[in-house]
Amino acid sequence: MIRRGSLFFVQLAFALVVCAFLIVPVLLSILAGLTVNYQVGISSGLTLRWVLEVWNGYRDTMLLSVGLALACLVVTLLLGVPAAYVLARRQSRLTRFFEELLVMPVAIPGLATALALIVTYGSVGGLRTSWVFILIGHVLFTLPFMVRSVLAVMLAIDLKTLEEGAASLGASFRRRFFDIVLPNCRSGIVAGSLMVLTLSIGEFNMTWLLHTPLNKTLPVGLADAYASLRFEIGSAYTLVFFIMIVPLLLAMQRAARPRPVKSSIIKDEE
Amino acid sequence: MTPRANPVSITLSGCRKTFPDGTRALEPLDLEIVSGETLVLLGPSGCGKTTTLRMIAGLEQPDAGGKVLFDSADVTALPIERRNVGMVFQSYALFPNMSVAENIGYGLRIRRRPKAGIASRVREMLALMRIERLADRRIDQLSGGQRQRVALARALAVEPRVLLLDEPLTALDAKLREELRLEIDELLRGLGITTIYVTHDQAEAMALGDRIVVMSEGRVAQVGTPREIYQHPASAFVAEFIGTMNVLRGNVRDGAFVTGAGAIPWPEAPADAAEVRFRPEDVRLAGETPHLSGKIVASVFRGDRTRLLVDVGGEKPLVLETGTRSDFARGNAVGLCVDASGLIVLPEAK
Repeated sequence: MIRRGSLFFVQLAFALVVCAFLIVPVLLSILAGLTVNYQVGISSGLTLRWVLEVWNGYRDTMLLSVGLALACLVVTLLLGVPAAYVLARRQSRLTRFFEELLVMPVAIPGLATALALIVTYGSVGGLRTSWVFILIGHVLFTLPFMVRSVLAVMLAIDLKTLEEGAASLGASFRRRFFDIVLPNCRSGIVAGSLMVLTLSIGEFNMTWLLHTPLNKTLPVGLADAYASLRFEIGSAYTLVFFIMIVPLLLAMQRAARPRPVKSSIIKDEE
Repeated sequence: MTPRANPVSITLSGCRKTFPDGTRALEPLDLEIVSGETLVLLGPSGCGKTTTLRMIAGLEQPDAGGKVLFDSADVTALPIERRNVGMVFQSYALFPNMSVAENIGYGLRIRRRPKAGIASRVREMLALMRIERLADRRIDQLSGGQRQRVALARALAVEPRVLLLDEPLTALDAKLREELRLEIDELLRGLGITTIYVTHDQAEAMALGDRIVVMSEGRVAQVGTPREIYQHPASAFVAEFIGTMNVLRGNVRDGAFVTGAGAIPWPEAPADAAEVRFRPEDVRLAGETPHLSGKIVASVFRGDRTRLLVDVGGEKPLVLETGTRSDFARGNAVGLCVDASGLIVLPEAK
């Protein structure tokens, strides 16, 4: 028997209250999306009508959102990981200044960044009406998260010595980067990717200014739905949003778990 | 394993190192490392020993004009990955994303050896270091001593031309350090590979080195066998850094070295000696006719022996060791005899 003091129950109660605070609005919103008439309440019955309506009306918006998030992830990986590597390996006053500078897009309101983007690139060819324009905004916003997350891991492990160890065994820069640097920064890369995906899918401030009627993302669509359609449709929208993002988050969490070491090269031969 | 037929010799000539911030890590250094020998670079931190090692490894470039030769080939411009060296780092630098066996086999994988060849070589190295049962472990599942063995196995697996060890035992506790030191010594004797070993621990240097290079502030203070360095230190720095050294000031009169506390008979004394040094083992407690008399200021019981500090009016008390079981109380007056053959006069002390 484990004897538990009153402190345990106080802590448990506190944890439950915090959880309720976080989860109850979400549950109510989901429920509202499944109710026939929100004003009447749950007694009016449950229906999938609103969900289907959202799916039919906003399918393209959702696909664009996911596509945008994935494209954003690819770009931030290609730019962010090498950038973090350079910052980690060349620790100097200049690189530390750059690190600080990286916070800027996060600190400046998304609306301001969006305005700056429109001023700068708004008149470039067909860019203003292309989804690439939104992508640029998202990359600008999410790149710092990728760099910081990867950089934190790179600074925590002794990257320099690990690389020197690999070099002493004959590994060229390319081999060192792919055999040693990337695998050992995996947790940072996965955490950064998770961050970038969720931030991109959920980004509203900047996207609201950057979007065009033909290039809408999920949160912008959600705002539209709340503003102009039935409350149930807005809530159903939230539900669809969850259905899309939760599996994504679970998959990423899974990928972030430490891998067991592969079977030995000795066994391979036997 | 079969030792290489012809271990490499290494020559450093005019190797100076200035870091970008202007600090001079190494004054121009000339050093010959004979093929097959174990050379220990010894000195306090910041003396340039690690910089020297990293220069030989190819991790640092000497300032313009400096040259590093492996046998007669100039390797100064070659980066480490093309020098075929084996290196063991102070922090081991084992790859956390690979198992023990994969770590050991990595250098061979880089060299595109066939899989079967890699596996058999890895097995051979595991057996050599007696860590067969650790083959599939992750690095974070290993103890310090085991990591040390894996690092050595990994460095040796590629049959390097030279083995470079940077304070490999510093991260271990005293007992394990002693044990691994013996093991490394045995291993190096067996392999006959040219080895450069960096340490700040003089006991380690003495035990492992065929020759020792004592360094201080970016310069070589003395090069010699452990015995030469211990018995004939070239400077006060070397004398103080290696082992324990007693110092007495005085002058030579009538075939004896005369100090305030007495006289040490010394027939072949150089006439101009004003300061002599001697090791604790060259001085003992005397019963009947002591050379020097003094007072015990401290006695440290060490089980197998007792270390005594005796004040004879010099700058620092003399240190000696005695095996006697009797107690030595502070303040007791004692007489000492010094073996004249152990007296050292440094050039600078004349």
